[in-house]
Amino acid sequence: MIEGIDITHILIVSTCMFFIGVYGFLVRRNLITILMATELILNAVSINFVVLNKFIYPDVLQGYMFSVFIIAIAAAEAAVAIAIIINVYRRYRTINVENVHDMKY
Amino acid sequence: MDILSLFVVVPILTMIGILFTKDLKGARMVSAIGMGIQLLMSFNLLFQYIAERKAGNTAEMVFTKSYVWFQSFNIHYDIGVDGIAVAMIMLTSIVVFAGVFSSWMTKELPREFFISLILLSSGVFGFFISLDMFTMFLFYELAVIPMYLLIGLWGSGNKEYSAMKLTLMLMGGSALLILGLLGIYFHSAPDGGQLTFNILEISKITIPHDTQMFFFPFLFVGFGVLGALFPFHTWSPDGHASAPTAVSMLHAGVLMKLGGYGCFRVAMFLLPDAAQEMGWLFLILTTVSVVYGAFGAIWQKDLKYINAYSSVSHCGLVIFALLMMNKTSMDGAILQMISHGLMTALFFALIGMIYGRTHTRNIFEMGGLMKVIPFISVVYVIAGLASLGLPGLSGFVAEMTIFVGSFQHADTFHRVCTILAASAIVITAVYILRVVGILLFGPVKNPEFNHLEDATWFEKVSMITLVVSIVIIGFAPLWLSEIIRDSLTPIVERLALAGN
Amino acid sequence: MDFTYTLAIIGLPFITFLILGLLHNKLSHKLAGIIGSSSLGISFILSCITAYFYFFKYGKIDGAYQKIEAFNITWLQLTDQLHIDMGILLDPISVMMLMVVTTVSLMVHIYSTGYMHGETGFNRFFAFLSLFSFSMLGLVVATNLFQMYIFWELVGVSSFLLIGYYYEKPSAVAASKKAFITTRFADLGFLIGILLLSFYTGTFDFFELTKTNGHELAMTMPAGTSFLGLSIVSWALILIFMGGAGKSAMFPLHIWLPDAMEGPTPVSALIHAATMVVAGVYLVARLFPVYVLEAPDALTVVMWVGAFSALFAAIIACTQFDIKRVLAFSTMSQIGYMMLALGVSHYGDHEGLGFMASMFHLTTHAMFKALLFLGAGSIIHAVHSNSMLDMGGLKKYMPITFITFGIAWLAICGFPGLSGFFSKDEILAAAYHHNKVVFYIAVLVAGLTAFYMSRLFFSIFFGKTQHYHHTPHESPASMTIPLIILAIFATFAGYIPFHDLITSDGRPFEAHIDWAIAIPVTLLAFGGMALAFAFYFKPSTMPDKIAASLKGVYTTIYRKFYIDEVYLFVTQKILFNIVSQSIAWFDRHIIDATMDGFATVTNYASESIKELQSGQIQKYGFVFISGVFVFAFILIYVFVY
Repeated sequence: MIEGIDITHILIVSTCMFFIGVYGFLVRRNLITILMATELILNAVSINFVVLNKFIYPDVLQGYMFSVFIIAIAAAEAAVAIAIIINVYRRYRTINVENVHDMKY
Repeated sequence: MDILSLFVVVPILTMIGILFTKDLKGARMVSAIGMGIQLLMSFNLLFQYIAERKAGNTAEMVFTKSYVWFQSFNIHYDIGVDGIAVAMIMLTSIVVFAGVFSSWMTKELPREFFISLILLSSGVFGFFISLDMFTMFLFYELAVIPMYLLIGLWGSGNKEYSAMKLTLMLMGGSALLILGLLGIYFHSAPDGGQLTFNILEISKITIPHDTQMFFFPFLFVGFGVLGALFPFHTWSPDGHASAPTAVSMLHAGVLMKLGGYGCFRVAMFLLPDAAQEMGWLFLILTTVSVVYGAFGAIWQKDLKYINAYSSVSHCGLVIFALLMMNKTSMDGAILQMISHGLMTALFFALIGMIYGRTHTRNIFEMGGLMKVIPFISVVYVIAGLASLGLPGLSGFVAEMTIFVGSFQHADTFHRVCTILAASAIVITAVYILRVVGILLFGPVKNPEFNHLEDATWFEKVSMITLVVSIVIIGFAPLWLSEIIRDSLTPIVERLALAGN
Repeated sequence: MDFTYTLAIIGLPFITFLILGLLHNKLSHKLAGIIGSSSLGISFILSCITAYFYFFKYGKIDGAYQKIEAFNITWLQLTDQLHIDMGILLDPISVMMLMVVTTVSLMVHIYSTGYMHGETGFNRFFAFLSLFSFSMLGLVVATNLFQMYIFWELVGVSSFLLIGYYYEKPSAVAASKKAFITTRFADLGFLIGILLLSFYTGTFDFFELTKTNGHELAMTMPAGTSFLGLSIVSWALILIFMGGAGKSAMFPLHIWLPDAMEGPTPVSALIHAATMVVAGVYLVARLFPVYVLEAPDALTVVMWVGAFSALFAAIIACTQFDIKRVLAFSTMSQIGYMMLALGVSHYGDHEGLGFMASMFHLTTHAMFKALLFLGAGSIIHAVHSNSMLDMGGLKKYMPITFITFGIAWLAICGFPGLSGFFSKDEILAAAYHHNKVVFYIAVLVAGLTAFYMSRLFFSIFFGKTQHYHHTPHESPASMTIPLIILAIFATFAGYIPFHDLITSDGRPFEAHIDWAIAIPVTLLAFGGMALAFAFYFKPSTMPDKIAASLKGVYTTIYRKFYIDEVYLFVTQKILFNIVSQSIAWFDRHIIDATMDGFATVTNYASESIKELQSGQIQKYGFVFISGVFVFAFILIYVFVY
């Protein structure tokens, strides 16, 4: 328990992070930035897991486990995503999503 | 294995057999053997059926078998045949057999071609032996869908368009059909028992009048699309024109009969009140079909279009006769299905042979073929004469039965319809003789045609099989007519009951 | 007496047809000719035996000839009552027809072995001849209306095949098509007539239909009038007669007959002169009790159609130059005579004189007209032309043809002592007692007949001798022998006592030549012959002058009153160009376009909403999150407030 810091404060931080991530995901056109925005969303969720576990169910470990899980997934996902992005870059010489529309319709 | 299921199993085994072949030679050999067995089996079925009836079996359907297939919806694999189904199975096996020989020289993807062809035929066989509407529908779709591939891949001309059009229109029909079938299904237990798809069971109950009136058009039009009912016939000219020979044969010869068969076996048999009340509407449409198709055929110059319109006219006569709803006319309708199936298959086979030699289907580019390919030409004349209803060939028997049957209605409406429909036989003579005159007679128009070769042995097998069938029915129609008449009794009685 | 053997009369030509048809590449021409002729020969002998047994031994019971059912099986069951049978009915007229058909057919077979010699399609020709003989014999012995209809169609198709025998010649193909379609149209009437009659009587069977009790029909026919004030039976019988009129080339369904002359000449002799074209007369005669006792109105129609056709054709025949066409119009005119005779007849005894006269004339006409055609064939064989303008002075080149043709000419003109004289006189006598207008038409036709036949005869054998490329020569024996035999028949057929054998009710009656009618008519015929003699015996400019002075009338007659053009207009312009073209157009551009229209609409619809499926996850995400917000607000609104 951290003195003077309420669960609400932490949740506010994570919510902010989440929506910053969502905002970034929606408005950025650069694939790398979009990837970073997704990381933000994932980390926000991760924080939520930890905090809620800590404050509400201190006697179980599921929340921590999940956050570890998410970190692992995020790493794997980042690897795959960057591989895709590199390939996209090789093919199109750009990583702007709007220029990648060969599979549209 | 029971005698009927073999009709579905043998095609499947044949298809598996074709998978193990390497090229055209193997594929066609296996197909020919498989379909030859099928033909023999259908003869066997015919004799067994006659023996069964002689032995005093008066059940509506014989050789029945029932296997549960989908318990929760009470769907069964219910099979059984009556005389009509036996006759249709005979027709199918003859046409498929002839069709295999007509595609003897398929160059592109021969194995796939024969597999699709036989898949289609197994659907047709399954349709005719089914007594459960759901199974029937399943087989129906199985028969319709390979058509898309067959036309789209092996067709000619504007094949993608035609294949798409044909399939979509028939699928539209299927959509109506499944609605109608489910409509019947959900009203098949008025007293709150188990719902059923079984035709025989449903035929024992009376579906409420309003329900009948609501669902009858769905079923009738749904089957009518396949039966080339005006104005849902336009898939037929394009589809036939683009389809490869054997597919045209099977489609016009057998598949279009599924429409007529379904019309009376499902729509009219299960919803007799509605059939009686709404019959007049469809009678007008079919009368239009008959005359309209015949007139439409006069103006065409592509051999396949002529035949497609002629099919519209002849198949119109089938549904026309069904809607007259007495035993004679319905007997005529079934005979007409068989007769039209045989002769139109023959026509398409011949057109394929002529096209294969002259590389055109435009009648004005040909002429004098009688001199260069006499065998094919003579058979073409025979097919033409069968089509215009010459006595001694099958068309006459069917048409006369229909007209005598239709004339049993003494009211003006039916009389006028009958006379209009009968007048189509004159128009038929006009377009048939026009084609024969332009195509076969006269001087040889194109000097290159002088080197054409007459029919090869496998083409002869195909032609002779069909001609012999046409002549047998034309000469001795009584046995066939009797088998059909006896089987029509329950249907006619049920319709008559509804009429009163 | 068991007459089952008569099956062989019909069966033999059919078997011959199958043999010749299936093996037609393998048989030599000579063998095919022998097979064809000998099987017909056997049929002929069997027919003679049948005729002898029927007329003189077993046919008569209680002084009246009975109908005998020699054979009958059910061919097709239609309704509980109606069934189509196939069988053999022997009665005076069918036995008479058996004789006529087998005689002429046999002669034509023998003749054809010479005439068609060396043709590539020789075997095919004989196969078709056998098919025709089979169908015609089946027609005459039919036990019921439907069997008759079946064979009726079969003779139609054999006629089609034989007219179109020279299938490489466009005119022959067109003529065969025209013949088939015209008769087919008439047959539609026949069919509807059969359907009507059978619906009300419940039978197709001739035994039941024509059975009489004295002067009444045994079967009760539906009473009352229907459409246009005629009874149902009248309508049915008029429609049936329509079929007969089509086959017998009665006005206005006659247009096919002149064109049918495109076929080989033996075919014209057999089918279009002696046998098939009289099928219509035979049909009316077969149903005669029904016509005369139940539907006198229909019989009146028969009479007027017959009378008009006789006159109409005789007038046209005077202007034609193609010898076969002259003979064709003459045939039409003579058949009109037979129809007329039936039309004026009543039932029973001497009242039924017209019936007897009609059958009498049918027989004599078959003989002399077949002879005329075969003679014409012999001439065409020699001259290689059909036009009488290319002929003249053939007497010295072709003596046998000249003599036999001359006998036939005299017979048809009604020269006393020859067959035509007797039968024509009976017809005129019957007409005289029934209807004076018809009688005078018939007399006029007799005069015209004498004129145009003499015109034909003189222009061929006398007149100006043409310069022939090859000197014409007499035909071989295979052709002249049938001519001689037929000439004998044409001379003596008039002495057959028809009034003892073939009468409307089967009972013989007294008939003798009515000199009061015969003498003036014979004189008129002589007048016609004399006129033709003056015009055509020596080259003369008179006919051309007369034709020139009557230019409009002459051209109209020469063009056959423009009936062909009217038909052409109706079929080509209206049915073909307007109706079927517009239907074909309508189908492609309205109905099919509607169906395509559904597809197009679907296509457009999907085109317009496909932008939604942009493939950009950010857009999807935006929509998703907006949705979440909307949903969240709603939830909060619902649950909190």
